[in-house]
Amino acid sequence: MLLIDCPCCGVSGEETEFAAGGEAHIVRAGPGSSDADFASYLFDRKNPRGVHFERWRHAFGCGKWFHMVRSTQTLEVFGVYKADVTSPPQDILDRVEAARAEGRVK
Amino acid sequence: MSELDLSLARPILEGVSDTGANGLKLFVQLLRGMVTLRADLSSPSVAAAVKDVTGSDMPDVRKATENVLWMSTDELLLLMPYGEGGAVAAKLGEALAGEHHLAVDVSDARSLFKLEGGAAREVLAKGAPVDLARDKFAVGDLRRTRISHIAAAFWQSGAEPDVFEIICFRSYANYLWEWLEESSREGSMPGIL
Repeated sequence: MLLIDCPCCGVSGEETEFAAGGEAHIVRAGPGSSDADFASYLFDRKNPRGVHFERWRHAFGCGKWFHMVRSTQTLEVFGVYKADVTSPPQDILDRVEAARAEGRVK
Repeated sequence: MSELDLSLARPILEGVSDTGANGLKLFVQLLRGMVTLRADLSSPSVAAAVKDVTGSDMPDVRKATENVLWMSTDELLLLMPYGEGGAVAAKLGEALAGEHHLAVDVSDARSLFKLEGGAAREVLAKGAPVDLARDKFAVGDLRRTRISHIAAAFWQSGAEPDVFEIICFRSYANYLWEWLEESSREGSMPGIL
């Protein structure tokens, strides 16, 4: 069970109040991209054993989308941030690097 | 168990179930005027318009006043007697003309329940993933969350004995009524809150 802090409404809620929305920061291919690139944009997703950047929605709460970084291996949550950015904030990346340096995640 | 007729053709305005030795009382109000307002809640003109139609100040995040509920970072639910929703939505529309907003009469979208009694927070804690300890959830606090499987919101409107008001989508009202009755049964309270 994950305990998630919603960055929009501030609730610290349990996982069942949220809905997972898949991999984050996927860049759209095209217009004018090759079929292979566009198919990759549509279908290819990472499935790491370790740090994963994800989209989540506070489905039963404030209803807002946001981003979360967590480890699929240990369920450690490295941080949450707003939906309207194309890359994670540096402090969360630093936390991920620190966890990697300590060997907690791959 | 009392039976509740939820048919739209013959709406029952108030249903009451006294669940016995727990001292819990469960009320349902199927018809309540409700207006959803989506707007920038930090805007002074929005606060003024809300004050004008409800008499209430803007609630803080996850708070409820007597007739204004915080629903999201950009959404309020205003409560009023049934039948007045259209007029309130129109008044908000006039007051906020030119400002980005949405005010809609949604009186028929949700049903309202009231759960009253010392064990009320234990009943809710059985179905909602919310810390309902007395020092964590008090009068005026609101959570929009789930109860059992369904989306719902509840807020505490009274203390000693605790009073919680609960809203859910009207099509789920029968489910929630039965869930609340089931969860209020005598002898089923963990007795920790």
